[in-house]
Amino acid sequence: MIRYLVRRAALAVVMLFGLICMTFVIANVAPSDPAALAAGPDAGRAQIEAARREYGLDRPLHEQFLRYVGDLARGDFGRSVATGRPVGQDLARYFFATLELCLVAMTLGILLGIPLGVLSAVYRDRWVDHGTRILAVSGIALPPFWFGLLLQLGIASSLGWLPTSGRLSVFTEPAAPVTGLLLVDSLLRGNGALFGEAMSYLILPAIVLSLPCLASILRVNRSEMVEALRADHITAARAHGVARWRIVTVHALKNAMLPTLAIIGLRWGWMMSSTVLVETVFDWPGIGLYAVSSAISGDFKPVMGVTLIVGLNFMIANLVVDLLYGALDPRIREA
Amino acid sequence: MRARLAVHLVRRSFGTMLGLALVAMIIALALLGPFIVPYPDDVLGAVNLTNKLQPPSAAHWFGTDEVGNDILTRVIIGARLSLLVGIAIPLAAALIGVPLGILAGTAGGGLREAIMRLTDLFLSVPGLVLAIALVAALGPGIGNAMIALILVWWPGYVRIAESKALAIREEPFIEAARAAGASQVRILWRHVLPNSLSPLIVKMSMDIGQAILAIASLGFLGLGAKPPTPEWGAMISIARGYLPDWWWYAICPGALIYASVLGFNLLGDGLRDILDPRSNRG
Repeated sequence: MIRYLVRRAALAVVMLFGLICMTFVIANVAPSDPAALAAGPDAGRAQIEAARREYGLDRPLHEQFLRYVGDLARGDFGRSVATGRPVGQDLARYFFATLELCLVAMTLGILLGIPLGVLSAVYRDRWVDHGTRILAVSGIALPPFWFGLLLQLGIASSLGWLPTSGRLSVFTEPAAPVTGLLLVDSLLRGNGALFGEAMSYLILPAIVLSLPCLASILRVNRSEMVEALRADHITAARAHGVARWRIVTVHALKNAMLPTLAIIGLRWGWMMSSTVLVETVFDWPGIGLYAVSSAISGDFKPVMGVTLIVGLNFMIANLVVDLLYGALDPRIREA
Repeated sequence: MRARLAVHLVRRSFGTMLGLALVAMIIALALLGPFIVPYPDDVLGAVNLTNKLQPPSAAHWFGTDEVGNDILTRVIIGARLSLLVGIAIPLAAALIGVPLGILAGTAGGGLREAIMRLTDLFLSVPGLVLAIALVAALGPGIGNAMIALILVWWPGYVRIAESKALAIREEPFIEAARAAGASQVRILWRHVLPNSLSPLIVKMSMDIGQAILAIASLGFLGLGAKPPTPEWGAMISIARGYLPDWWWYAICPGALIYASVLGFNLLGDGLRDILDPRSNRG
């Protein structure tokens, strides 16, 4: 197990280096001149050249790359051209909004996806199964940005039940950050009203974000459960007179959980990516909105910073899934 | 015999029939678009401000937009663009990915390592974010958005083609072909490629829907097609500014995106049942 862990971790480090190379290459194939961008729209030639020297853009590429890696190692993601602020600081601020949204959405996806998957496998080809199949298919096909707009229109605007967008009302003072997650911080401070408000802003974007994830978990869990319920040891357990729901939840679900865990890990990685759309619709102040607004104005450093964070998160998710697989299924770590 | 089985499988499944119907509708709209739209003048962006932001009515089924164009007309015209882009992206990605994958699967050794590690690298960042990063570098616009999505999409085809080629390489009939003196190229072209085709067709069908969704997403974010272009995502991004009072603006383009993605997904599911029955339905 230790050897497996070391090998997987080493591979992850290599991949991280590759990811850094990739962002560097993307930033350097850009047709626009980063120095001109940094110097501002009205800069003359002299100012552009000054900016080029200041940012080290006149150095050979391999030197620029080493400097880029060194900066990243110190947590320096460069500066945003548009705001002049260090990207690292912005990322640290926006990341927790995204994390909170993704955590709640993932919780929704798991809490609904697994039971529905189990139910539709047990009641295969009955109405529960048909109903969840519609949910699974539409969950993947619904454009998240359109679904978000529809929810805003119906539940937030027409019915007025929930706020349309943002993370808190502009008049509300957020709790001093402890974890950066508003729900947790408000509870830590014992501020129930703030918790309620944060939840009311969070719930619609979380529903939209969780839908594709819920659909995937449901599909995988269902097909694995169908497979697991056919196994010989299940028939044997049934013949022994083990209670039906005990067979389903203990014996079959245990075997279906490994692939379900894998899809949860994969979906966690993707979620940080599709959050871009959800955050844009709901003006959620996370890294996705930050990446989009920077990308529109051609401001590279923030976009590359977000790409690195999302890629890193995806890698960690994959690593955790692999290690879980290795821990739970000995056949894998032998291979 | 196989054709009759296929027809039976299609007709038995409601999902596949629905998928087929939706895909047929989108293709019909794309082909016939300019001939059936109620207001052909609005295609080129005629400005008719007296008519702007009209609610749905008998004259304008889905209302009019901010310059008085019929929304239904613009959405129907948009079908052609979306479908073309939706087909072009997976096709280009397959043209890059499949040869690389088959090469990796049959060659083995260092070349395989190199190709597969590069593939893993591209797959290590979720697609949409990587596409946004590429568009940020290339500059917004529908052409660059397409290039970005192709660059994001090809690794998936390498993976499939490689695993298929790897599995087939050990089959006795390949060995027989080699023993009979068939060249490497002939083996790849005549034996390995046709045998990898089923999963590739299934994946492409699914990917057409996903590509339509992806290009609309980039359009919605303001990184893809620019507004006067009748692109569904870009239309929704403008419509967003007119919510909630002019609610009908966003309905029709979104419904068409949904219908096309749903159609191609269901069709892909059905094709998998017919072409690739042994694969696991995840």
